[in-house]
Amino acid sequence: MSEVAKAGPKPSRRKLLVYAPLGVAAAAGLGFWAMLRGLQDGSFNPRGVPSALLGKPPPDFALPALESSGLPALASTDFRGMPGPVVVNFWASWCPPCIIEHPHLMALQRQGVPVWGVNYKDRARDAQAFLTRHGNPYARLGVDKPGRVAIDWGVYGVPETYILDRNGIIRWRFAGAITPELMAQDIQPLIRRLSAR
Amino acid sequence: MIPELGHFALILAAMLAIAQSILPLWGAQRGDTRLMGSAAPLAVAGFIAITISFAALIWAYVTNDMTVVNVVANSHSAKPMLFKVTGVWGNHEGSLILWVAVLAGCSAAVAAFGAALPSALQARVQAVMGMILLGFLAFIIFTSNPFERIWPPPPDGQGLNPLLQDIGLAIHPPLLYVGYVGYAVTFAFAVAALIEGRVDAAWGRWVRPWSLAAWAFLTMGISIGSWWAYYELGWGGYWFWDPVENASLLPWLAGTALLHSAIVVEKREALKIWTVLLALMAFTLSLLGAFLVRSGVLNSVHSFASDPARGLFILGLLGIYVTGAFALFAWRAPSMAPAGVFAPISREGGIVLNNLLLCSITAVVLVGTLYPLFLDLLTGQMISVGPPFFNAATAPLALPLVMGMAVGPMLAWKRANLWPVLQRLWWVACMALLAFILTLTFAGWHVLSALGFACAFWLICGAAADIADRAGVGRTSLRNALNRARHLPRAAWGAAIAHAGMGVTILGVAGMGLAVEKLVAVPPGGSTQFAGYEWRLEGVRDFIGPNFTARKATITVLRDGRVVHVMEPSKRYFPTGRMTTTEASIRTSVAGDLYAVLGEERANEAGVNEAVLRLHNNPLAPWIWIGAGIMALGAAFSLSDRRIRIAAPARRRKDAEAEASA
Repeated sequence: MSEVAKAGPKPSRRKLLVYAPLGVAAAAGLGFWAMLRGLQDGSFNPRGVPSALLGKPPPDFALPALESSGLPALASTDFRGMPGPVVVNFWASWCPPCIIEHPHLMALQRQGVPVWGVNYKDRARDAQAFLTRHGNPYARLGVDKPGRVAIDWGVYGVPETYILDRNGIIRWRFAGAITPELMAQDIQPLIRRLSAR
Repeated sequence: MIPELGHFALILAAMLAIAQSILPLWGAQRGDTRLMGSAAPLAVAGFIAITISFAALIWAYVTNDMTVVNVVANSHSAKPMLFKVTGVWGNHEGSLILWVAVLAGCSAAVAAFGAALPSALQARVQAVMGMILLGFLAFIIFTSNPFERIWPPPPDGQGLNPLLQDIGLAIHPPLLYVGYVGYAVTFAFAVAALIEGRVDAAWGRWVRPWSLAAWAFLTMGISIGSWWAYYELGWGGYWFWDPVENASLLPWLAGTALLHSAIVVEKREALKIWTVLLALMAFTLSLLGAFLVRSGVLNSVHSFASDPARGLFILGLLGIYVTGAFALFAWRAPSMAPAGVFAPISREGGIVLNNLLLCSITAVVLVGTLYPLFLDLLTGQMISVGPPFFNAATAPLALPLVMGMAVGPMLAWKRANLWPVLQRLWWVACMALLAFILTLTFAGWHVLSALGFACAFWLICGAAADIADRAGVGRTSLRNALNRARHLPRAAWGAAIAHAGMGVTILGVAGMGLAVEKLVAVPPGGSTQFAGYEWRLEGVRDFIGPNFTARKATITVLRDGRVVHVMEPSKRYFPTGRMTTTEASIRTSVAGDLYAVLGEERANEAGVNEAVLRLHNNPLAPWIWIGAGIMALGAAFSLSDRRIRIAAPARRRKDAEAEASA
């Protein structure tokens, strides 16, 4: 951004160019300030819920299955007429936080909560290796190799987890690895509440 | 009592920092030698106070003082002693104490080694260091006090994240912080130069060792972090382009550029404005990393517990230091006239090319890291930028950089002729081409890896060619040449070693491009063939550690029926944090790593228990980190150069006097 400062040949241009670092830094600083303000009032949240999708059904999509896994594929039609809430998890084998959160997904699956996966920008071989190695928590698994469906969902990065109620409405979203605290404080209570209703 | 002492020492250090940021600066403006002379003792006193504070916090951890909130939140009585101590900097508050301790240490080091510095420059540098120290001490005291008490004390602590209970993580942050903070010194020198309104060869000679030392520590810190990810995350990868990894890479890239352009200032008094700007940028990027990691605007595995209020405080500090420095730059830089002129094809020209490419890579990584944040802020759209972008965008810039790395050091200053240099490098080019062809012949169609091997040989042989050329091999007798090589300046050796180290790292990266892995379920007693070895699973058993339980597999690796290795990968379960970690078992040799990870255990269709094993063969992997070590060694060699060891010559005495009385 500022390497041009040196190349400026004319003295007048040079005088302007020495202000470039200040300008860039000030603009970035303003942006960061806005982000922090947004973090405090909830309008900016890198891990949080996109206001556009909360309380709405997910966008229309139909993803192919991961052949080698033998699991059914995932499409937006699957969200209709479910017996209870469902957890949707975007993941990839190349993402270390996905390994960290993986035991929590396994725990949900053991509890009987359906966990549906979207494998994001991954190679089929690597994704299968991940599941074989760590265990498979997913009842359905869609493969989003180009990452288009993730864009429609507003996925910030993997891992990212959604909870949908039985009517297929998005109730909760979290970008980042699931932690024990998040399991105890957010996910479990919400699933209990949505199942009871 | 001890924690209060630590808290008190911290406040005392803040008072000293106030004095350090005002008195010497005022003295330098007025030419008052007594006030200027206060800089060094104030720096040393501040360092002592912060050391006491740091020691008090370590004491609280070592003695399991459960009345201290920070210890409760991050420690546990059952934790091994080593990790009790290293746990001190495994959390936000403690890591900040380490940060200011290192900063105060650097300030004290400037005082200790800077006796020959002109007193006005020393005073101004120390004043800027004092301001930075003050800001971060205030940050700790007002928002992140590690000595806060809790009553009644809970029975035991909550423990440290098991992933962090590791020797790599014990030494990774301190090294990284020395690197980050080292750039605070070059930043202070740059600001002092802007206040004085001049940059000369003596200034370059002072900035270079500091940027070299910071660079060496940062190189080690980053590579140990990458090594930790390689063996602890159990994934076999070594670099993930995670935002926090990028945050440590950015100052390294800018620092590498600074390291080179400072040479031009020292030798030729050219590129002055540019070098000052790079010195400002290296520290700005260090601070930016601190902001991104601690404010919560990023989403990463590495982030500390985030808190927007803290983020606002750091942003305020960043605003003061960075806009202050850049405003000063905009005001004073135009008055610094370049002295040395040079032709495009020259050593200086080579370094300009190096700087342009490094800064372009910095810009690419910076944009890739921040773009999702700003896009979200401006449009509410969320996207992710992953490894595919970074690999595709940095590789085309890195390639010419590597090509230039062998040519640049052989060019003459001021004006050079490219043709004779290329003639001296023909055998190097042949080696690189040979490496390219051999890789394609024996490893299959892996063009990127082949290109990597070519680059590696180009750099390693290029460094050898540079030393051979300087020693006069081929122009004089071999004995004479050896003698000359021994007496070459250490800086020349240092550069050659560091460039070769980069080649070694690329060798490892290229080797990792050929890595293979196999996932297999094996019953105890069963075996599998992989990478030319027979891997026999002897059994899986329970194992109890100090604060975890584990399942440990024993795998015998055989070649032609003879046992070559016994590997014991395990899975650890930490009850305190309810977390599981994988402990990969790695056998390292010069040719690469054999890497085994224990996965799930389950019964197969026939009802026989099986363990899932993931086996990797990572050719040349250790050389990635060995190369980084060689780079740091090169920097150490350069630091031991006679020119730097024997105190940098002070500016002409009469200059200094004229300045003091001005």
